[in-house]
Amino acid sequence: MSETTNNHHGVSVQVRGLSRRFGNHEVLKDIALEVKPGEIFVIMGPSGSGKSVLLRHIIGLETPNSGEILINGESVHSENLASKYRMAMVFQSGALLNSLTVGENVALYLTEHRLKPPAEIRRIVAAKLETVGLKDTEAKFPSELSGGMKKRVAIARALVIEPQLILYDEPTSELDPISSIVIGQEILKLNQRTGVTSLVVSHDRDLAFGIAQRIAVIHEGEIVALGAPEEVRQSPHPVIREFLNADFKREPIKS
Amino acid sequence: MFQNIGEMVLLFWRTLLALPLTWRQRGKVYEQFFEIGNASLLMVCVLSFFLGGVIALQTGPVLVERGLHNAVGGLVGIAMAKELAPIMMAILIAGRIGSAMAAEIGSMQVYQEIDALRTMNINPIHYLVLPRLVAIAVALPMLVIFSVLVGWLGGAVVAEVTGQIDISFRSFFEAMKDVVDLDDVLNGVFKSFCFAWIVGVVACHQGLVTRGGPRGIGRSVTKAVVNSIVLIIMFDYVLTRILLK
Repeated sequence: MSETTNNHHGVSVQVRGLSRRFGNHEVLKDIALEVKPGEIFVIMGPSGSGKSVLLRHIIGLETPNSGEILINGESVHSENLASKYRMAMVFQSGALLNSLTVGENVALYLTEHRLKPPAEIRRIVAAKLETVGLKDTEAKFPSELSGGMKKRVAIARALVIEPQLILYDEPTSELDPISSIVIGQEILKLNQRTGVTSLVVSHDRDLAFGIAQRIAVIHEGEIVALGAPEEVRQSPHPVIREFLNADFKREPIKS
Repeated sequence: MFQNIGEMVLLFWRTLLALPLTWRQRGKVYEQFFEIGNASLLMVCVLSFFLGGVIALQTGPVLVERGLHNAVGGLVGIAMAKELAPIMMAILIAGRIGSAMAAEIGSMQVYQEIDALRTMNINPIHYLVLPRLVAIAVALPMLVIFSVLVGWLGGAVVAEVTGQIDISFRSFFEAMKDVVDLDDVLNGVFKSFCFAWIVGVVACHQGLVTRGGPRGIGRSVTKAVVNSIVLIIMFDYVLTRILLK
């Protein structure tokens, strides 16, 4: 697939008037945003606000009721898009193939598309696993890994593609703070090293403000704020204020 | 229901179009083929032996009583080759392999593994469905040939050891040779080839449309087995009609 394009630069993403409903529930309402090539763009919002559904539309796994998604100006559903641009997604659960070993999972893209000889694939897999701090785990099965390790394998699997667009769905959910920082740093390093366009969906405020060049806040299927992290932080919108200021406070139990 | 039928026809057609890619997927085809054979061979052996035996036991005394000694071998031979082996093996494979296919693909669907394949531009039909369908389409007819032979053996053993029948091994097979010819066996093998596609397509389709977690996987498995058996029996009639001389 990737032999047609050797371009390592990121691609632009345009979302225009995107709406999606499941039954009577409108999950996405007229979403419009633009992500520049090489940008780290974070979509933030509370659980159930439609962030992951938006991400699934951007990678082409869902078809919207109306609107369109353009990758470098071409519809994400166009016939030859996958052969023109390399795109990858890191799923919230990792979505590793449980019947394959870690090594086979990471190598899957290269083996299935027969892009490299087996020895070269083994070398690349070892290198990518080392990049995400999982050296010598090739022979393990996903069931033997922790949640954080599965996510890092999923990132390694995405790295093998050398993507021009990478989508992360809640990359730090279920992770401890240290692992979250490691994942955040990996996202930044990859972006700096390859110029990949990164779209990150998260409700992790620290991650979002730590890595984003721009942030969109989505609430009940609508974008309520979009801009640089500082602009979003200063936004007076009540949903954003509530989201950013939410903190756990122990309240005394009334007898 | 009509939507399901339409989707299954489409899945079947897309798999047929992908057949030239079988060589690329030969590793997975072999893996599935081994899985089907390994999981079913002993069961096929036991089931077929007793099937052949029970036909001999049910029909033998009645035929012998009427002086039709020579008909026992032929009856067991024809029944196993043309009907019992293909249909029983197809039902066995629907239960053992169809359910496993639906469960495996269904769980991959529920846990987003198939979405992950799509994002890597790997076609799930090429990666998951094609190897399974090719393997089952080769394995089931082979199992049926094996089943026919073991079933004949079962019939012959029962005919020999049962006092009310008392037909020797040699007489049983000589009588069978007069009635059963290669076409009868090929008739059954062709039927089983068609049943294999039914089991494979129904199971893979149910796996791919699985929704809603473990309960959804369970529902898909049940549907895969039940729908396969219903379709096998319906198509058995249609194919028998078509193949009737």
